[in-house]
Amino acid sequence: MNLRAVAAIYKFEMARTWRTLLQSIVSPVVSTSLYFVVFGAAIGSRISEVQGVSYGTFIVPGLVMLSVLTQSIANASFGIYFPKFIGTIYEILSAPISHVEIVLGYVGAAATKSIILGLIILATAGLFVPLHIQHPVWMLSFLVLTAVTFSLFGFIIGIWADGFEKLQMIPMLVATPLTFLGGSFYSVNMLPPTWHSIALLNPVVYLISGFRWSFYEIADVRVEISVAMTLAFLAICMTAIWWIFKTGYRLKR
Amino acid sequence: MAPVISVSGLSKTYPSGFTSLNNVNLAIERGEIFALLGPNGAGKTTLISIICGIVNASTGKVAVGGHDINNDYRAARSMIGLVPQELHTDSFESVWATVSFSRGLFGKPKNPALIEKILKDLSLWDKKDAKIITLSGGMKRRVMIAKALSHEPQVLFLDEPTAGVDVELRKGMWDVVRELKAAGVTIILTTHYIEEAEEMADRVGVINKGEIVLVEDKARLMAKLGRKRLSLHLQNRIDAIPETLAPYHLTLSEDGWRLAYDYDTKGERTGITSLLGDLRTAGIRFVDLETKQSSLEDIFVSLVSQ
Repeated sequence: MNLRAVAAIYKFEMARTWRTLLQSIVSPVVSTSLYFVVFGAAIGSRISEVQGVSYGTFIVPGLVMLSVLTQSIANASFGIYFPKFIGTIYEILSAPISHVEIVLGYVGAAATKSIILGLIILATAGLFVPLHIQHPVWMLSFLVLTAVTFSLFGFIIGIWADGFEKLQMIPMLVATPLTFLGGSFYSVNMLPPTWHSIALLNPVVYLISGFRWSFYEIADVRVEISVAMTLAFLAICMTAIWWIFKTGYRLKR
Repeated sequence: MAPVISVSGLSKTYPSGFTSLNNVNLAIERGEIFALLGPNGAGKTTLISIICGIVNASTGKVAVGGHDINNDYRAARSMIGLVPQELHTDSFESVWATVSFSRGLFGKPKNPALIEKILKDLSLWDKKDAKIITLSGGMKRRVMIAKALSHEPQVLFLDEPTAGVDVELRKGMWDVVRELKAAGVTIILTTHYIEEAEEMADRVGVINKGEIVLVEDKARLMAKLGRKRLSLHLQNRIDAIPETLAPYHLTLSEDGWRLAYDYDTKGERTGITSLLGDLRTAGIRFVDLETKQSSLEDIFVSLVSQ
């Protein structure tokens, strides 16, 4: 294991995060605060409690997940797309490092960034609504698992994309709708039966449900199913990356 | 001694159907400077890219230091430093950070003293904290060389290293290359400046249309393929070459003061003695004469145009 190489990539990527601190950390915090002002304070006060929790409090886990998901995809896809775009990928490909090490470096850094971001958003939320976390260990586990899984997903998009347009397309057209429809702002149990069944095809439902359970012990689906679905998605992403490196898809000519 | 790089039966056909390399066999000796010459699109960069792990070969085998580049890629790639032709650099990192990053990527422990030496040798020391985006093209080129040297490679690939670099810096760069050779590093370079290959290389390989046309010791190559030209400065100008001298295929300069005779140094008879005799018979006298060896460039052009 070339741990020095993993550390080098990780540090390089994290340096980019600190260099673009405003864009990386501050802007998601600002936008999340706006959600709270609108949904928590303005509209939320007129909405009745959801499953015994006030609406403002109810949306906290969903909002954190929304940011963690989109940021993981954005960070990881950009992290690997950019060297491809400017050509510095030659050095990564010609270095004595394995695929696992490349992924550890890039995905590790992307996930770290979104986890930090998730925790900052959680802290920001605490300023607006009272928070209580029933299962902190589970909460962190879901956070880490989601960040890693969607950073892997972002890594795949970054390799697949051969233009900035494609780089934006999946997060915008797939990830954001899935998150919004995945129960960030409501419980899928509120949906009519047909839509409820359709919603259960959305993998994000399981992530948000599990994450919310770790806060308030209320869930749309059983927590075991949430864990299983997250792990399944993780496995799918890992398989895809294994295939990418095996074939050199979009990396090697 | 076993070659440091051995390439056997290497071919590369791109999905588009374009064959970039066709059954290339090549052995690079340890510690030599090997110049790979060839016109644009001959396959130079593809060959280098396969050896370094950036492009997958279609068929064939490559070993670096005896390590197969696929099965034992860690050992093989650890030995190699690559300076690609295109200027691929980061933008917002400092020179120091990007060079240190390369060393880490190759799994080497930190060594600030070494990186300081490399940056000083390449006249980059005063730019060590500068962002790469602020550097000139020639400086970026040297940053890329510094990155390749940061992990102490035993084999260094320089793909068109002096493209876009001014004369002064080019000289400095070649000083670095000489120093590396003295330290036992094997250097494979491609260049468009054939005089550089002529000056630097121990051996020369010519690649054309994906095939190695020739690999030869530089001095021997120039002796073997080199033609010489004998120039005679005449005492009196002449208007035409006399009929009797026709077999020599002489060329007369426009002003009528010079005669030139091309001959093959590898031929058994150069024909000089009889030419001089016949000139005398024809009554042509000369005040001076000189001979000139053809350059590697002439050799190269004659090979590639065949």
